[in-house]
Amino acid sequence: MAGPSSPRVFSLRRTLRWFAFVVLAVAVGFWVVRGAHRGWSQNRVPVQEVDEITGIDYVRYEDRFVPGVDFLGGGVAASLILFGLSFVFRPISSTRKT
Amino acid sequence: MKKSVLLSLFAFATSSALVAAPTSFDFKDPKGVNTIQFKLDAPLEQIAGTTNGITGKIAFDPAAPESTSGTLTVDVASLTVPNKMMSEHIQGERWLDAAKHGQITFELAGLSDVQKNGNNYTAKARGKLTIKGTAKDVTVPVKLSYLPGAFGQRINKPELKGDLLVVRGDFTVLRSDYGINSGQMEDKVSNEIALSLAIVGGAPQS
Repeated sequence: MAGPSSPRVFSLRRTLRWFAFVVLAVAVGFWVVRGAHRGWSQNRVPVQEVDEITGIDYVRYEDRFVPGVDFLGGGVAASLILFGLSFVFRPISSTRKT
Repeated sequence: MKKSVLLSLFAFATSSALVAAPTSFDFKDPKGVNTIQFKLDAPLEQIAGTTNGITGKIAFDPAAPESTSGTLTVDVASLTVPNKMMSEHIQGERWLDAAKHGQITFELAGLSDVQKNGNNYTAKARGKLTIKGTAKDVTVPVKLSYLPGAFGQRINKPELKGDLLVVRGDFTVLRSDYGINSGQMEDKVSNEIALSLAIVGGAPQS
């Protein structure tokens, strides 16, 4: 069985931290690439158009996902949870030595 | 001689009656352009959406715009905002309760303070607005544009004769007046709903 300071625990801790970093990078990256929308996430995007004869401005929706701050917040929160979990596997070899 | 005079008088009376009759404009738009945009202030961003499920008829006579009347109906299920979950909330029981009150109606009783400029009119529309089962008398500013002969041109069928009536208006209503999640969440969503109307009705001539 792997002890708290064993290479396996150390490896799990590192994996979690890497995973936390990847989640954060993907969330921030996706949010920035999709327009860094500072409102709520959108499942459809309004596009303003004009009817030729009448001059009426109207809205047509395009079905595409635009991540908002709720998406970004979720990504950051997930990343922090993973990072926090990594401390559960903190090696305690130094305390055992005394 | 007497007979011809009588016939002439009858013809004149009939034609006058025909000219004076208001034309009925159908606002179920075949191009799906008719839209009412709504906006509510909220801390993170404005909640802005549209509704395009508009139907109804308005009788309009360019010679007597004051007598304009009719009913417009909005299908609550057609209310859309960019976030699907938010759309469901808006149509939900606490907000507009689309299941129980599926329609918003405006019964137009007439126009007042009409100003005419060619085929364009500005006026105040008097009528009864019913939202979520609550009816209130309202007066809202509107702009009307009468486009004679433009019906066929708009739908790429110039052989079809007929007229168009464009109605535009910007006004506000209060959530609290119509029991729309009244008194709740006013720190997060404004009590005031800004409405912007831009619709066109068609009157084809057979």
